[in-house]
Amino acid sequence: MKTCLVVDDSKVIRKVARHILEALNFSVSEAGDGREALERCREAQPDVILLDWNMPVMSGMDFLRALRASEGGWKPKVVFCTTENGMAYIRAAIEAGADEYVMKPFDRDTLESKLQIVGVA
Amino acid sequence: MLSAAKAAGAGQGATAVLAALLEARTGQQIAQDRAWRLDTALKPLLRERGMESLDQLVRELLLGQDHQLGDRIVDALLNQESSFFRDAPTFDLLGEALGEITAGRRARIWSAGCSTGQEPLSLAMLLAERGADAFEILATDVSEGALARAKAGRFTQFEIQRGLPIRRMMRWFDADGADWVAKPELMRYVSFRRINMVADQQPPGRFDLVMCRNLLMYLAADQRQAVLGRIAAALRPGGLLVLGAGETVIGQTNAFAPSPRWRGLYEAAERAGGRAAA
Repeated sequence: MKTCLVVDDSKVIRKVARHILEALNFSVSEAGDGREALERCREAQPDVILLDWNMPVMSGMDFLRALRASEGGWKPKVVFCTTENGMAYIRAAIEAGADEYVMKPFDRDTLESKLQIVGVA
Repeated sequence: MLSAAKAAGAGQGATAVLAALLEARTGQQIAQDRAWRLDTALKPLLRERGMESLDQLVRELLLGQDHQLGDRIVDALLNQESSFFRDAPTFDLLGEALGEITAGRRARIWSAGCSTGQEPLSLAMLLAERGADAFEILATDVSEGALARAKAGRFTQFEIQRGLPIRRMMRWFDADGADWVAKPELMRYVSFRRINMVADQQPPGRFDLVMCRNLLMYLAADQRQAVLGRIAAALRPGGLLVLGAGETVIGQTNAFAPSPRWRGLYEAAERAGGRAAA
């Protein structure tokens, strides 16, 4: 079973994402901000991370940079999932090491298709 | 066309009239157990026209005063579900197969039943990224509404995200308000034309590849056979046919056989329906 860490400060979004991901046979863990997400990653290395942009304490972008700087042999797929839908944001995320990008709002088909594209579904 | 609807409407109710209209215009059938789809699919049209029921819609249709109403109903009833790179492994295979069978010459591709355009644009992206420039795609559909959307190359946020990798979106699409629009350098590979696969002749010329996915499944057996015969006649010798993931030619026609070289693709049989393949 593949593992997915959902990083979002919205409980509602985390719940919706968990619901979809569990239906796709993922084991799901959650974090409410970037710093907590780094801790979750140290505890258990997920196969894929679904990552919000704007969060308190540590943003998704700061988390992504810290994650990519700290990786050893483990390189999780990172799918940004955010309301920041402009091309400049998308480009910045990809340049920082994101593998895919989901523009909110999203549905099950969208999420499943993006997870297939990064090769984890 | 309308006469078929009228005939079926004699005492058979609104559902039968609508199903007959769809079949007369497109050959597509609505199975009894999917009749509920009529109601769901036509709700937006009922709302737009300020109508309360399918009976009222059918009355207007049969009165014949609104000449566009039949087209609008058929457009609403057709399943226009589509996504980019649907059945992704098939596209990788097509890129490879087309490169081999055309061997450097200009490739002609027919996307039959292209719906809102995701299929021909996916193939255009794939081939252009593989360095091919000498190819052209004819995209056809029975629905004027779907074709108009395909020609515009405009997709909602939900549509653009289904199956399309973000790097490809960045390369081939521009943001326009809440939508995403295909760039002219992608659209230039594709031309669009209305073709009813059941009633119309195939387009002129020969093709190296015909994509006809998830269309045959809605047709009666004799119509499937006729459509496959027209596709066989439209293919160059050695040309390939792609069907939907759940579709096959086996038991449907003698015009095609599974390709021995590319698993899941079909080649025109040597003497399909008396036609020499050479």
